[in-house]
Amino acid sequence: MGVTPITGRSNRSKGISRRSDGAVATERNEVWDVPRKATDKPPQKLRQTKARAKEKPRNAALVAPTPEKKSRTSKAVPASQLPPEIAAWFARRGWTPRPHQLALLEASRQRQSTLLIAPTGAGKTLAGFLPSLISIHEGKRKKTGAGLYTLYVSPLKALAADVERNLTHPIDEMGLKVRTETRTGDTSVARRQRQRVKPPHILLTTPEQVALLLSHPDAGYLFADLDTIILDELHALAASKRGDLLALDIARLRKLAPTVMTIGLSATVAHPSELRGYLVPQTEPETTTHLANVVTVKGGAKPNIKILEAENEIPWTGHTARYAMHEVYDAIRAHKLSLVFVNTRMQAEFAFQELWRINDDSLPIGLHHGSLDAAQRKKVEAAMAAGRLRAVVATSTLDLGIDWGDVDLVIHLGAPKGASRLLQRIGRANHRLDEPSEALLVPGNRFEVLECRAAQQAAEAGDQDAQLSRSGALDVLAQHVLGMACEAPFDPDALFDEVRSALPYAGLTRNQFDRTVDFVSTGGYALRSYERFAKLRADEDGRLRVANPRIAQQYRLNLGTIVDAPHLKVRLISYRGAKSGAHAGGRVLGEVEEYFAEQLTPGDTFVFSGQILRFEGIRDTEVFVTRSNSQDPTVPSYDGGKFPLSTHLARRVRDMLADPKVWSGLPNPVANWLELQTERSVMPAPDEVLIETFPRGNRHFLVAYPFEGRLAHQTLGMLLTRRLDRIGAHPIGFVANDYALAVWTHGDISSLIQNGRLSLAQLFDEDMLGDDLDAWLAESALMKRTFRLAAVIAGLIERRHPGKVKSGRQVTISTDLIYDVLRRHDPHHLLLEAAWADAATGMLDIKRLGAFLARIKDRIRHQILDRVSPLAVPVLLEIGVELVYGRDRDAVLRAAADELIREATGDEQQ
Amino acid sequence: MNMLKPERIGLEDFADQPVNICGKAFIAHKFGALYWPSERALLVSDLHLEKGSAFASRGQMLPPYDTRDTLRKLAILIDRYQPETVISLGDSLHDSAGAARMDPVDIESLHILQEDRDWIWITGNHDPKIDRALAGYVMEEVVIGGITLRHEPKTGAATHEIAGHYHPAARLVFHGTSLRRPCFVGNRLRLVMPAFGAYAGGLNILDTAFEPLFGSDGLDVWMLGHEGLYPVAPRLLRDD
Repeated sequence: MGVTPITGRSNRSKGISRRSDGAVATERNEVWDVPRKATDKPPQKLRQTKARAKEKPRNAALVAPTPEKKSRTSKAVPASQLPPEIAAWFARRGWTPRPHQLALLEASRQRQSTLLIAPTGAGKTLAGFLPSLISIHEGKRKKTGAGLYTLYVSPLKALAADVERNLTHPIDEMGLKVRTETRTGDTSVARRQRQRVKPPHILLTTPEQVALLLSHPDAGYLFADLDTIILDELHALAASKRGDLLALDIARLRKLAPTVMTIGLSATVAHPSELRGYLVPQTEPETTTHLANVVTVKGGAKPNIKILEAENEIPWTGHTARYAMHEVYDAIRAHKLSLVFVNTRMQAEFAFQELWRINDDSLPIGLHHGSLDAAQRKKVEAAMAAGRLRAVVATSTLDLGIDWGDVDLVIHLGAPKGASRLLQRIGRANHRLDEPSEALLVPGNRFEVLECRAAQQAAEAGDQDAQLSRSGALDVLAQHVLGMACEAPFDPDALFDEVRSALPYAGLTRNQFDRTVDFVSTGGYALRSYERFAKLRADEDGRLRVANPRIAQQYRLNLGTIVDAPHLKVRLISYRGAKSGAHAGGRVLGEVEEYFAEQLTPGDTFVFSGQILRFEGIRDTEVFVTRSNSQDPTVPSYDGGKFPLSTHLARRVRDMLADPKVWSGLPNPVANWLELQTERSVMPAPDEVLIETFPRGNRHFLVAYPFEGRLAHQTLGMLLTRRLDRIGAHPIGFVANDYALAVWTHGDISSLIQNGRLSLAQLFDEDMLGDDLDAWLAESALMKRTFRLAAVIAGLIERRHPGKVKSGRQVTISTDLIYDVLRRHDPHHLLLEAAWADAATGMLDIKRLGAFLARIKDRIRHQILDRVSPLAVPVLLEIGVELVYGRDRDAVLRAAADELIREATGDEQQ
Repeated sequence: MNMLKPERIGLEDFADQPVNICGKAFIAHKFGALYWPSERALLVSDLHLEKGSAFASRGQMLPPYDTRDTLRKLAILIDRYQPETVISLGDSLHDSAGAARMDPVDIESLHILQEDRDWIWITGNHDPKIDRALAGYVMEEVVIGGITLRHEPKTGAATHEIAGHYHPAARLVFHGTSLRRPCFVGNRLRLVMPAFGAYAGGLNILDTAFEPLFGSDGLDVWMLGHEGLYPVAPRLLRDD
């Protein structure tokens, strides 16, 4: 088993010292719910390096860990050493514990924090809990505090509830005296109060609840006996702000319970080291990354992934896969239960609508996405679990590990955008490791055919997308610092060390930390006018305490890192023109984002909750709608691909484009399209970026093909138009998709380049990320939204006041004003730094754009053309899509498409 | 068809717009101020100075630069119009303790603005008393050239009035996008000014609070933009 080196931060030297390392080879069946014969082979040997053997870095680059051969080997716990109750339980079912379950047991007997990497269906959850069940049952731990032994943290509160169900059942059957409880935002206040004083043995909860528990003065008592922390779906949690929050909380838990160990449960990931480092304290943050033990279960049968080839010709643009809906329906009909995944809520609504339009057999098909009312979602989940549904159209709300039924086909409408996401979603099908999962990819357009092919190859090779390594967010740190002050006065030096022991914050400087503390206390402004209002006061020992109890109360109300986009409830009312409260009694269908509702005018129709609705008006925080008889919604509900194309898949697509040999394997229209491109223009090499310039109508176009995803392209488009404006090319507008961007201008770009007035190398120079970016960000709505999130998380803006919920609308207004004032008067403020860091990896994807600009230095392939090229057609068809606001959008699109394609292919005799 | 981009006009040319109230000519500026050329008077309303520190005193550490920013805008306007009189139509301070919290630097800049001109603070509900440190005259209302300047507009169909208090804002929905901005709102007989303060929020002019002022007569609305002040047709405006 190999270990992928960790990608270290640039601002510190890198090196890895391993505490220990273990591995378990592959086995196919799984234990959790599949019967196994008792004759199965005994567990394989575990290989284990000696714990705490630290190495010095050998060179500036990363140090590979000790080769496995040198390791001391030790055996896993034999199954016979299980307590009789548990052994009997396995035996009654004809099961034997899986090797990785025993390996984890052995590791925890040696008190080693361990990452378990296993595909869905490998019995991960039981493996994680087994050590706790045994040690609690054996009663060997002595109680000095409240008696909470095991903390299970999951990214989803639904998952916590699901695990409790699946855990209490075996516990009862084994006859163990182990109490388990969940604690989420939905848990009653009385119960939450009681849990702090008299906790269960095992508490199942979310990162926010852990932070909340830690902010109370009794945290020391509550967690004194903590023995094990289990982190489920760690791959989904670690590289996010919630992951940052959790990492800080774990660092604090280690202070309260110094002997605690962690168990991470994860799907297969590209760089396990990032997660292994997350699980253990970083005692030498500057020089060395300590890693946890790892146990890997190799994936079962390879998934069987097909790409749908529909009878209708595949469209040039769009993501809805409407052209293939009959084939999708047939696939659903041929299976027991299909999960139909899409990338956005709007696509989910669309697909659901389309499937029911052709549902001649009246198959029970459900809809599941995050905007639907919770009660409606629960109904769909229950129906799935009971086997009453044949298909569910879903967004990422069904991505994570809840088992809702016996899914035998996963359909993906539109490209999956990332290899890891595809594998995760395919994992939802067929939870038996020894049977291949079945998946069907339905590309939405021609580029997506390439992308689906790339995803298929990546999945077959078992390749994952690498997550960008990230430094812990400063807004989250600010929240944590206040939380720690709410628990008890803290010594800044000690807290700094504690914070840096959490991997995401290992690179934190003392200056950043001090500024964060200052921010928490007085806002951290250059103008020091709020000292007298300081929230933190130093006592004579230099420890900081909260100035008054109200601060702690407010902190607990505002805690968390998930700041929802402002949402408005959608209420169905009975008749039109009704805007007054008298008619407000209708049913709530779910929620829509505020920005969506704001662009509606009364009379507009749109698809939501599986039906076409007529917009009547907004009142307070509710959108009033009536049922509509219209067949086609007037407002395009589709809001584009939410996830940008991953770097890994983008590279595969570029390789595919550059290699004509693989084109013959593609559907004919796609292969012909690519061949035509080589005739009319050129196909770029994988390491090049192609830029085409051509006139069209009375405008001139510049089309670039970076393949860096929609977000990075939009940022690039903004910056390019600024520069072209300065050069005098008179840009008019631009449009971007996941693969390319097109800028159109009044000026003749081709001749500007030919006569030397415009240099593409300079146009695409990295320095655009300096002043141009800065000037644009001043007015960017995206940046303002990013700032708002950071301001809420950091506690500058309150999420809720005691007794009243502040509506998102009010928050939005004030943070925009604050952003303007802060930029003008305090441009180096901590919150602007935090928002900038978010923008770099988030909505503006500046990090990726920077990598692209560096990559294509001296690798620009410019083609001057006399007309649009075939490759440019898809991105040009996006022009105006966002603004088209007519009755029959499709007819407009079709006409535009036909026109453009005629032009591109030279079919003039039409 | 040759679609040439129009020549870019100097941004300053959009910065203000003529406004007529009861036959008197005013100039409304994109910052939310009103200049009265014949009286050489500059009118602003709802400065809400020290709103940031008012929040900070309750534990919410908003950036402490709102007073500075508001005075900066005032300075630009005084340079531009060279008024002989500046009249602030009430709620100049966010609360009555506001003046005591003001940074000495900001008080000093205010005094510099007040040199060589008359300065009138009209009282409002947030600032029934004006601290002496702020200098200037303090009045409940002022009548100039037959027009009454007061903080809160008189309920009912009053005329010959310029007031503030309501922080009017408008939401425009057009071409699939939505914009919400502070605005001037009037009917040629009276006018309500937008809030001038850096942290002042806004109340939608379609709110029922505005009904008694203008009835259902045609409204004139000028929305404040970054580059200019824009007259907007009321039919394009929406509720929040």
